[in-house]
Amino acid sequence: MNRRLIKTLVGAAIFAAFAGGVSAQDSKVADELAKYREALADGNPADLLEVKGEGLWSEKRGPKNASLEQCDLGQGPGKLEGAYAALPKYFKDTNKVMDVESRLVHCMVTLQGFTQAEVTKQWFSRPGKESDIEALVTFIGAKSNGMKINVPATHPEEAKMAKMGEYIFYRRSGPQDFSCSICHGQEGKRIRLQDLGNLTTKDGAGTAMKTWPSYRVSQGAVWTMQRRLIDCMRQARWPEPNYLADSIVALETFLQKNATGTVMETPGIKR
Amino acid sequence: MGNPMKIRAANKDGVTEVKVLVSHEMETGQRKDSAGAIVPAWFITELVAKHGDKVVLTSEFGPSVSKNPYLAFKFKGGAKGDKITVSWKDNKGDSRTDEAAIN
Amino acid sequence: MNNQRRTVLKSGSGAALLGMLAAAGIITPGMALADWNKAAFDAKSMADTLKALGAGQPADSKDVQVTGPDIAENGAVVPVGVASSLPNVTMVAILIEKNPNALAASFTLPADTEANVQTRVKMGQTSNIYALVKSDGKFFMATKEIKVTLGGCGG
Repeated sequence: MNRRLIKTLVGAAIFAAFAGGVSAQDSKVADELAKYREALADGNPADLLEVKGEGLWSEKRGPKNASLEQCDLGQGPGKLEGAYAALPKYFKDTNKVMDVESRLVHCMVTLQGFTQAEVTKQWFSRPGKESDIEALVTFIGAKSNGMKINVPATHPEEAKMAKMGEYIFYRRSGPQDFSCSICHGQEGKRIRLQDLGNLTTKDGAGTAMKTWPSYRVSQGAVWTMQRRLIDCMRQARWPEPNYLADSIVALETFLQKNATGTVMETPGIKR
Repeated sequence: MGNPMKIRAANKDGVTEVKVLVSHEMETGQRKDSAGAIVPAWFITELVAKHGDKVVLTSEFGPSVSKNPYLAFKFKGGAKGDKITVSWKDNKGDSRTDEAAIN
Repeated sequence: MNNQRRTVLKSGSGAALLGMLAAAGIITPGMALADWNKAAFDAKSMADTLKALGAGQPADSKDVQVTGPDIAENGAVVPVGVASSLPNVTMVAILIEKNPNALAASFTLPADTEANVQTRVKMGQTSNIYALVKSDGKFFMATKEIKVTLGGCGG
């Protein structure tokens, strides 16, 4: 046996032992994290926001002193059951593919008479500054809990948005030459302790999409999908899109299409 | 003032389990805002739970209880339909009371 | 959405309701909310906190349990619980050794309330968590380490 082979063999043995140790450690960590998440699940502060959102939905507000009860989220005026799970969707009246947030803002403008600027000024909360949109989206989302995500994107406009979303998902850009797919296009990736879902598969996209909107304990707030995706872009060091930008709706359409068939578990709770 | 609490109470085999979610910032007084100024402490100091008019739990909180506090506890007794009342007050003198029936 | 939630939503808030309840004799002013133990919550070290709580040097007890995960994904919300099989428990408290002020919360338990309380606390860093229990007028304690990690991007 030559020296080089011995070296290789020893190296391999050490590597194997080390790798074995790491994976045992990994599964223990994963178990403990699962315990942590489980302990948070009962008593999700998002429930508080859901109650608030219900109140905002039926309260007469704005210059037109109207409630949102006639808002059509794609299932007909006032029909909330399953509406979130079937968005984004093409709407004839606006000739646009809209997600839950763009449609909600549309309703607040057309039914209640608010300006778009007024409605979107506080589109996410900060400590001490609550967001009506967060509360309403939490309430609307919960009305799809237990229902299957259903965005087949069969309408030509929806298919176009899904395609655009797919393009953005794989497009490398920004100072780090980053794309969504670098972190979310393969199995078994993680960042620090977080597993990163493969959003190109039904399983991965389903796991990711079914729990939104979600209470983020690190922020003490419910995050909507718009906030989630805009913040992903910030973290990828891309320029941040505007709230309700077509690029975000396109990504949502792509992801919801991939996740179609997955049962919603919302509102979620995350670290 | 503040937003409503969410109170759940369920009786099983003569023991009532109460779960309370409170809407509150629970600001520690150690955090700085974007301008670098300390955000003043603002947190619930006391929370009392009653079954009818009988106190079943008195809690004292410091600022290290998490934002939107959660509390779960059990007491012997209670029957379906009985009233559970939860009151809190914070270090700014604000307070709130909500109630729920035992399931 | 069930009716109970609607009731909660519509039920009044703040001083007005408290006043109403007081007027109705449901809550007696002064009795409703006990005095907050400022000295205990202001204390920094474990020793000073225990002193302010009148607990001295509590004995370790196997009959006191601290529950919580070994690892918390985020220190802002760490689920912790205290349970004890000791008799006549009148008070339980949760202390976090490495927080700026050790005392997180204390609970006074009337006779029919079980020594089993769960809440969620903030942890600035990995630390020992102590559960303090007063049983038959004597103090007992148990501890558990909870590691606080930094997560990834989230989601």
